Amino acid sequence: MAMEISSLTKERLKAMFAEGKRFDGRKLDELRDIEIETDISNKAEGSARVRLGKTEVIVGVKLGPGEPYADSPGKGNIMVSAELLPIASPRFQAGPPDFNGIELPRLVDRAIRESKMIDLDKLCIKEGEKVWTVFIDIYPINDDGNLIDAANIAALVALKIAKVPEMTKEGKVDHHKEAKDKLPLSKDIVPVSFSFFKLGNSIIVDPTREEAEACEARITFGLSKSKDKYLINSCQKKGEAYFTGEELARMSSMLPGLYDQVNEKLKKFL
Amino acid sequence: MAHKRPDGRKSDELRKMSAKVGVVPNADGSAMFAFGDTIAIAAVYGPRLLHPQHMQDPSTGILRCNYDLLSFSVSDRKKPGPNRRAQEISKVTEWALLPVLELKEFPNTVIDVQIYIIQADAGTRTAGINAASLALAHAGIPMKDLVCSVAVGKQDKELVVDLSKEEEDFEEGEGATDFPIAKIANKDAYTLVQMDGKMSPDLMAEALALASKACEKVYEVQKKALKDEVEREAKE
Amino acid sequence: MTRQTEEKIEVVSEKSERKVVVPGEVIVVGDDYLPGEGARREGEKVVSSRFGLAEIVGRVIRVLSLFGTFIPRRGNVIIGRVTDVTFRGWVVDVDAAAAGFLALDECPRFINPDEMDRFLAIGDIVSAKIWNVKTKGCDLTLDGKGLGKLEGGFIFRIIPSRVPRVIGREGSMVGLIKEKTGCQITIGQNGWIWVKGNTTDAEIRARKAIEFVAEKVLVEGLTEKMEAWFEKNK
Repeated sequence: MAMEISSLTKERLKAMFAEGKRFDGRKLDELRDIEIETDISNKAEGSARVRLGKTEVIVGVKLGPGEPYADSPGKGNIMVSAELLPIASPRFQAGPPDFNGIELPRLVDRAIRESKMIDLDKLCIKEGEKVWTVFIDIYPINDDGNLIDAANIAALVALKIAKVPEMTKEGKVDHHKEAKDKLPLSKDIVPVSFSFFKLGNSIIVDPTREEAEACEARITFGLSKSKDKYLINSCQKKGEAYFTGEELARMSSMLPGLYDQVNEKLKKFL
Repeated sequence: MAHKRPDGRKSDELRKMSAKVGVVPNADGSAMFAFGDTIAIAAVYGPRLLHPQHMQDPSTGILRCNYDLLSFSVSDRKKPGPNRRAQEISKVTEWALLPVLELKEFPNTVIDVQIYIIQADAGTRTAGINAASLALAHAGIPMKDLVCSVAVGKQDKELVVDLSKEEEDFEEGEGATDFPIAKIANKDAYTLVQMDGKMSPDLMAEALALASKACEKVYEVQKKALKDEVEREAKE
Repeated sequence: MTRQTEEKIEVVSEKSERKVVVPGEVIVVGDDYLPGEGARREGEKVVSSRFGLAEIVGRVIRVLSLFGTFIPRRGNVIIGRVTDVTFRGWVVDVDAAAAGFLALDECPRFINPDEMDRFLAIGDIVSAKIWNVKTKGCDLTLDGKGLGKLEGGFIFRIIPSRVPRVIGREGSMVGLIKEKTGCQITIGQNGWIWVKGNTTDAEIRARKAIEFVAEKVLVEGLTEKMEAWFEKNK
C-alpha cells in the first residue's frame, strides 16, 4: 500500500498516456464521476462531501465574529485551512503539515478569493470593530488523487449552502437560533479548479493516486464564469518538469469545456 | 413519575445507530459508527513497521490511537491542533481496545488507529471506540472479540443510556452524570470506565447492567456492518 | 514474525462449508473439532479470533482473513521494490510489517560487490522468495524459477488475502487470464502483481480481470464466470 511508485509502472503509464489510454478506461481529459452530498455536519454553517472516483474530501464552513484586518476595516475575512489527516493515505503523517498540506489550502483560498465570489463588504458587522471571518476547513478522507480539485468543489458547495448565524445581544454567535440569511455570495460567480498533470509529453486531468505519483509536473487553474465569460483567476505550477507554450495554451482552451462538465453536476446546489 | 427524555426515548433506549465498514478505501481497515447525530469514522493502518526504530518493541506490536474532532463537528469551531481532551480520549481508547488484540504476533510494528468525529452530539468517545473496534476487525487484525461502547448516564435520579448533548447539559435536581463505558462484547470485562457527575455507589451494579444490555445492541449493529460488507462485495 | 511454518496456499473447493464470522463469534460447538488458524477453543465452543471466512474442512476449523495487510510466511513469493543497497545485500520493501533483505549470496550467479547496483538498483522491482522470517524482517532469495529483476510491464496491488482467488485451484484462474490476454503475470503473495503484455490493451484487460476476480470473494463457479467475462470484455 505504501510502496513508492516504481519506475516500471511509471514508464508503462507514460507509454499508455502517449496512446491516449488509462487503466480505468477514461480518456486523458475525462473526469471521474463526481458525487456531491451536503450537510455532513449539522454544526457547520455549511458543509459538503465530494467524491471524485475513490477520492473523498469533506469541507466545513464555519463563521466566527472577529476583528477586521487593519487595511480592510469594513471587510470580512476568509481563512482556508486543510489538515492532511493520516486517515486519508498511508503517505500522510501526523504532525505539522508538509508542503502538500500547506499548498492545498492556499490553492483553494486563491481560487475562491480571486474570483470575488464572497462579498466581503457584506460580512462587516461594525466597521473597524467587528466582521465575520469565514472559516473554510478542508479534510481529505481518502486520497486517490486530485485532492485539490475535489476540495475546491466541496468548498464551493459548502459556501453556497452556508448560512450566516444569528447573534446574541452580546455579540456572540447564538447557536440556539436558526440561521436564516445565506452567505453574501455573488449569484453567478462559481470558482472551480482544474489541475492538469504531465507525464512525458502527455497531459491528463483528474489522476488517480497512482497516476499522480507517476506524473512529473502539475498546474492548477482556478476558473470562474461570470455572465458567460470564463475567467482564469489563479494559476500555480508545481514540479520539476516544464510545460511548453503550446501545452499551456492547449490546457487553457480545455478549461471552458471542463468547467461546463462540472457545472452540470453543481447546478442543483447553486 | 419517570423522568421524561427530551427526545421521548425510554431510559434504556439508545439513539438510532448506524455503522458501515470500508469507508476509507486506502486504509487496511475502516468504519463509520453513529449514535443518533454523533458520527465517528475510524481508519486502521497496520501492522506496519514502527519508525523511528528506537521506539520499536521487539516483544510486541504497539497500538497507537489518535482521536480528534473535526473543526466543524461542534458548534464553536474547534481550532485544528493538539488538545488535552483529545489526547486523553486517545489514550483511554487505546486501553479500551488493547485487551482484545493479539499484538505479540507482530513484534516491532505499530497499528495506527485514526478516529475522527464528523458531527458531535455527545457520546463521541463511545462512537469512536465502536468505529475503531470495527475498523480493527475489518483490517483482519487478530482479535479475541469486538469491543462495544456506550455512555450510561443519570438525569436527576434516573439512570438512562446513550445521553444526547441536551441531556449532558441537564441541570435540574441531581443534574447530569455521564458514565461512558466499553466492554468486551461476549465477556464480563469492562475496558473503559469513566465518569463525571454524581452517582450513589449502590447504583453501580444497576448502571453496569444497563450498560451491558445496551452493548448487546451495539454488538448487533457492529456484526451486521462487518457481514454486510462481505455480502456487498460478493453481489457486485 | 514468529511464524515459521511453510504454508501451502491452497484454495478450498468452492463447495466446502463456509460462513462469515466476526471476532468472538461461535463457529461450532463440539469437542471433536480442532481450532486451526484464526480460531480458538473456549470450553466446548470453537470461537473466531478474527473477522473473516470460517471454513470447516474435516475436523479442522480455520478463519481466513478477507482484508488486511500481508503477513510474511516462509515459502511465499513476493514482489518488492529495492530501497537500499548495502555492502551485504539489498533492502527490499515488501509492503509488509517487516523489511525484506536479499543477501548477496542469495543471487543465482556471482555478483561482484562493486557492481551490486548494476544488478539491482534502488527503485528496481524484483520477485523473490521468503526463505526465513525473523522478528526484524524476512530474508529473501532469488533462487527459484521465474525469480529476479522484473523489467517492462507494470505492477499493481490487490488485497493480499485475495491472492489465492486470483491464482485459482492449481493455477487455473491466473492461467485463464494469461491465456485470454497473452500476458506474462507474476503474482506476489504480498498482493503485488506484475503484468507484461504485448499491447497496452492486453495489459489493461489483464489488470481489469485480476481486479474483478480479487473482489469476488464469495462467488461460486468463478472460473466459468470469467470465461463469460472475457467474452464480454473483448
